[in-house]
Amino acid sequence: MIPVKELVELLVKALVDRPEEVEVSEVEGERSVVLEVRVAPEDVGKVIGKQGRIVQALRTVVKAAAAREGKKAVVEILQ
Amino acid sequence: MRAALEELGVGADEAEVEVLQEPRRGFLGLGGREAWVRVTRRRRPERFAVEFVDQLVARMGVHGRVRAEERDGRLWVEVEGDDLGVLIGHRGRTLDALEYLINVAVGRECGGRQRVVLDVAGYRDRRAEAVRRMALRAAERVRRTGRPATLEPMTARERKLVHLALQGDPQLVTRSEGEEPFRKIVITRK
Repeated sequence: MIPVKELVELLVKALVDRPEEVEVSEVEGERSVVLEVRVAPEDVGKVIGKQGRIVQALRTVVKAAAAREGKKAVVEILQ
Repeated sequence: MRAALEELGVGADEAEVEVLQEPRRGFLGLGGREAWVRVTRRRRPERFAVEFVDQLVARMGVHGRVRAEERDGRLWVEVEGDDLGVLIGHRGRTLDALEYLINVAVGRECGGRQRVVLDVAGYRDRRAEAVRRMALRAAERVRRTGRPATLEPMTARERKLVHLALQGDPQLVTRSEGEEPFRKIVITRK
């Protein structure tokens, strides 16, 4: 099994000022996996990026990893 | 300063040191003062990038060897191994997304403006060659028939290769049309 949650954690922690406040929860369905990302309030912008560029790249990578197991991945940044 | 580095567990090559107060020896043990330094951890980009990509590759569920070398002022991080397609994706979109995130992470962790290029199993050079060949073939067709040619959708980096390959051509012009991620190059006669 591909550690999609660990993948999201690794990426998000590398983007923020307060990695210790990063929390990722994973809700796994039959055909999909939803990853909810919580970061410190001042780090939300760092995970989203200008015009959503960072979160878009994050989604591309996570979707690619999940697709290998035939799953769709949804990444949500909670704010 | 050595004490500060030891306390932080940072190698001298990874530290940015700022002296806040010069030490003074004093006279007969009086009036001396200690040095104050501020030590900021700035990891070396190649070391951080290799470690980070190594973990990324593992968490994408594949096995690869990661190494880095400086080329034309950029840090090329290369992953070698079998069955690494998941890192590349359709027309290299996963590779470009990974590369973008690595650049953001390296910028944060190491400071400075070191650009990182991520390559997997020689994909960058192979793709560049294929794009150039496609461009030259289409250009030849436009010269022969006089009709415009539209290439397949390409990333910004690939479109740049096409523009560069044909910019010296006296008869042809290239331009991009459409919206990302379907932006394409159109080659026409001048």
